[in-house]
Amino acid sequence: MSEVKIRAALKDGKCEVKALLTHPMETGRRKDPAGNLIPAHHIQTVELLHNGNLMVEADWGGAISTNPFFSVSLNNVASGDTIEVRWVDNKGETSSGSVKVK
Amino acid sequence: MYKNALCALPIMLAMASPALADPGQTPDEVLQALIDRSDSAYLTQSEQNLMMMQDEPSYWVIEQGEILFKEPRGPKKASLEQCDFGKGPGVLEGAYVEMPRYFADTGKVMDLESRLMHCMKTLQGFTDEDKAIKDKHGNTDLVKIQTFIAAKSNGMAWNPPMDHPLEKAMRGAGEEFFYRRAGVSDFACSTCHGATGKRIRASVLPNSSIPDEWTKAVSWPAFRVGHEAVRGSQHRVSECIWQMRQAEIVYGSEAAIAIIAYWTDKARGQPAILPDLKR
Amino acid sequence: MKPQQQRRLFIKGTLAGGAVVAAAGLGLIQPRLVLAAWPTDAFHSNSLEEALNKVFGSSTLEASDKVVLKAPGIAENGAVVPISINAEQLENVESISIFSEKNPTPLVARFKLKPGCVPEVSTRIKMGESGDVIAVVQAGGKLYSATTNVKVTVGGCGG
Repeated sequence: MSEVKIRAALKDGKCEVKALLTHPMETGRRKDPAGNLIPAHHIQTVELLHNGNLMVEADWGGAISTNPFFSVSLNNVASGDTIEVRWVDNKGETSSGSVKVK
Repeated sequence: MYKNALCALPIMLAMASPALADPGQTPDEVLQALIDRSDSAYLTQSEQNLMMMQDEPSYWVIEQGEILFKEPRGPKKASLEQCDFGKGPGVLEGAYVEMPRYFADTGKVMDLESRLMHCMKTLQGFTDEDKAIKDKHGNTDLVKIQTFIAAKSNGMAWNPPMDHPLEKAMRGAGEEFFYRRAGVSDFACSTCHGATGKRIRASVLPNSSIPDEWTKAVSWPAFRVGHEAVRGSQHRVSECIWQMRQAEIVYGSEAAIAIIAYWTDKARGQPAILPDLKR
Repeated sequence: MKPQQQRRLFIKGTLAGGAVVAAAGLGLIQPRLVLAAWPTDAFHSNSLEEALNKVFGSSTLEASDKVVLKAPGIAENGAVVPISINAEQLENVESISIFSEKNPTPLVARFKLKPGCVPEVSTRIKMGESGDVIAVVQAGGKLYSATTNVKVTVGGCGG
């Protein structure tokens, strides 16, 4: 089950967005106990939207840690605004979550 | 340098001003303040973990715990808001740092985990067979709820009551255990935690006689980076027992609570770091 | 190095994750706004120089102290090395990228930032062995960089 957890805090006029995603982030170089390569399975693209506007588009490789955490900051965010984070992985699987900045 | 607990208390209060516990202070800030006033290799051993503390996964576990805490659950469809953790029903601020403590309604000294299970059974009607109680460690209800409750004591001084004869007895039993060598390796807790300069592989171990580093040692629940999971005090007890190659301890048993009673008393007066992050 | 400490007011929001996952499964999730392809070549490049060329068309970097790169000097756990990059002192920042020189494929991530973003990002990366981490900030048509060395005691690639 995929989860996208987001915290959005307003501080000194900027909004710090912290997100924690659930994903195995397999590089494709790891071997299982039998010695077989575990296929690459990782998030490739992450998007962060503020009130529906795309603010951050990130390209990721398998070297981002498993169950990835990331943080970015936005200007011009007000209470009640919506922050959405969504991702797509190399298998085409996708998930997203959103939060209203209180 | 080592400062005794009495000197530490006014410093802790000053640092936590204007209130006894500064509600705005985050666990990493509590830890940073301890680092600033001490000389501890234990506290400063991992720059990586210090950097990660600001955004640790425990914060999300707390959010989930709060939802579970307030939700009417179990056969009795009740929330845990009426549970008395020692400071009155529903009072969570500062409750965890005053545990373990004696509870008149059960006639026992209880730690957070055993008290939580007690409330889940009596208020909500869960039994030992229900998943909510049976699943102890990992991504479980028990871990989420206790992390939520413990976080309400972040930055506050450890202050378990020591008035009731049973409270004193449990602490005493824990102390006996702490110094008693047993098991195939003839270890006691004091073997690792009785002096400064001890290590396990690359990790610096905390000295139980130095309160301003020992407070971090007993600050559980904490996110164990290597386990990718939040762990509570009972889990830590069982891990220490395993590390010592002593006979397995039963979750929530009086022996486990006694150990926790003693180790909390050794951190008395120092600010708790809740939730913490450890390797 | 003592980390910067800041007061933060965590403001709770409502989480809609679970419902969205269900919607995604039913194909109801909206298509991505920007359909740029994932830069496969860049992520498969085996050397830092090749990766830089694939991403930016150039490997000329200007080391700048306006790119503030924070990483631990020693990481006991190579699976979760925290990296934070701040380029607030630069103007017109378009993207912030992370490279780990000793990784088999050095490009780790690229964050493309629209105006309205504060040019700072933090994340955690895997490093298989000790090596340099390089932050590359694309701003005003130029590439600025900062480099820091991280000693890794236990490699983070599951080997």
